[in-house]
Amino acid sequence: MESSSSWSRALVQISPYTFSAIGIAIAIGVSVLGAAWGIFITGSSLIGAAIKAPRITSKNLISVIFCEAVAIYGVIVAIILQTKLESVPTSQIYAPESLRAGYSIFASGIIVGFANLVCGLCVGIIGSSCALSDAQNSTLFVKILVIEIFGSALGLFGVIVGIIMSAQASWPSKNA
Amino acid sequence: MYGFEALTFNIHSGYLEAIVRGHRSGLLTAADYNNLCQCETLDDIKMHLSATEYGPYLQNEPSPLHTTTIVEKCTLKLVDEYKHMLSQATEPLSTFLQYITYGHMIDNVVLIVTGTLHERDVHELLEKCHPLGMFDSIATLAVAQNMRELYRLVLVDTPLAPYFSECITSEDLDDMNIEIMRNTLYKAYLEDFYDFCQKLGGATAEIMSDLLAFEADRRAVNITINSIGTELTRDDRRKLYSNFGLLYPYGHEELAVCEDIDQVRGVMEKYPPYQTIFAKLSYGESQMLDKAFYEEEVKRLCLAFEQQFHYGVFFAYMRLREQEIRNLMWVSECVAQNQKSRVHDSVVFIF
Repeated sequence: MESSSSWSRALVQISPYTFSAIGIAIAIGVSVLGAAWGIFITGSSLIGAAIKAPRITSKNLISVIFCEAVAIYGVIVAIILQTKLESVPTSQIYAPESLRAGYSIFASGIIVGFANLVCGLCVGIIGSSCALSDAQNSTLFVKILVIEIFGSALGLFGVIVGIIMSAQASWPSKNA
Repeated sequence: MYGFEALTFNIHSGYLEAIVRGHRSGLLTAADYNNLCQCETLDDIKMHLSATEYGPYLQNEPSPLHTTTIVEKCTLKLVDEYKHMLSQATEPLSTFLQYITYGHMIDNVVLIVTGTLHERDVHELLEKCHPLGMFDSIATLAVAQNMRELYRLVLVDTPLAPYFSECITSEDLDDMNIEIMRNTLYKAYLEDFYDFCQKLGGATAEIMSDLLAFEADRRAVNITINSIGTELTRDDRRKLYSNFGLLYPYGHEELAVCEDIDQVRGVMEKYPPYQTIFAKLSYGESQMLDKAFYEEEVKRLCLAFEQQFHYGVFFAYMRLREQEIRNLMWVSECVAQNQKSRVHDSVVFIF
């Protein structure tokens, strides 16, 4: 019999809806953090470099678009996750099935949020270097863009795993 | 933390770094220098330069051009770019940018004091001062008779004040003392700049340490060579060397006792980075030493641009511009004096 003040008891007593809600918040919030971080890193270099080389502005907006895509992934996953939330009767809230569903939505949110955070950062830093190199030598743009594409794939991995994770979140049915 | 500057550098300094890299792309290339070396008159030089970024600065100059006018206008361009960057910079970049100009401030102070000693007119001297090193009370330097007055009247309000503690003596200013004062001030300035860069940490500290160490070592060699045969004692010479750099401390011990250039060469050849410089000179030759040092400096400055997200690019850009202005001055002088065969003696190609 566990002692009444163990951590495992405290964690198990937290409602699965809390975990789910926090997961959804992290999915969108941290993704947008990553996207914003990436955009300002790219944007400040792009503006400065475009003063001497105005031709780079239109092409290098692709870097900003890649960062923005990261935020869109976060929004999509948050919307998907919130459709997974279902109400269960009070007696079922702490049933193992409910806890499992709550935890999987939470985990999905963390996966997507943090994968998008680092993806946004990665694309942002590469986008900054891309803008500066393009200003000096325009043949470099396409080559560095390939690196950015690989970087943005990281966000996609996070989204895929997050969606798979939340797909198997099934709350117990209403009749116990 | 070294390695993670990319995450936060662009918040304050991303725009300026991009601007300074844009300026770098406007430096004259080898093809430009070849064109300039082919010129017959100063007007040809003006015409070639009007196709480069110096165009707007030179186009309004009336036709009998002097080399000093060309150099002055090119320096004006550098000053405009510097002021633009300084006005946009936040701490600590603004302090860093100001540190870059203290060397010129020291040169201006010494210029005015020496000129006053030789009874020149203050206004004439003020025109010869480098614009990057001007400060408000510079004209009152002409009034000072010895170092204490110099400090008390003028320099205590300038950023050079902390560098004076080591060189205030009660002696009157004469040529020898002024040179020692210049070198002591510069030593204190380099050490202060080095400590500031170390405090900034990260990539800035690493790259600037290398560049400043090279500067300190180069000055040590120049001090040694210039003081061979003068009354400067060995201890005085030791006191003028900075306390960082590749040569510190053992190289300085050996340099302090050198009595001629071959001994200096013997000391420097023990250090692999400087061995390559001295290998280019044959025995007994010291005129090409300046050019060899400039070439090595330019190589290191260009390497500073290879990394992103640090302040070393600003320092490197200012130094490369100054080298370019030196090149333009040399080319203009050779053309004006009809000695085009000597043009390649002192032009250091940057790209």
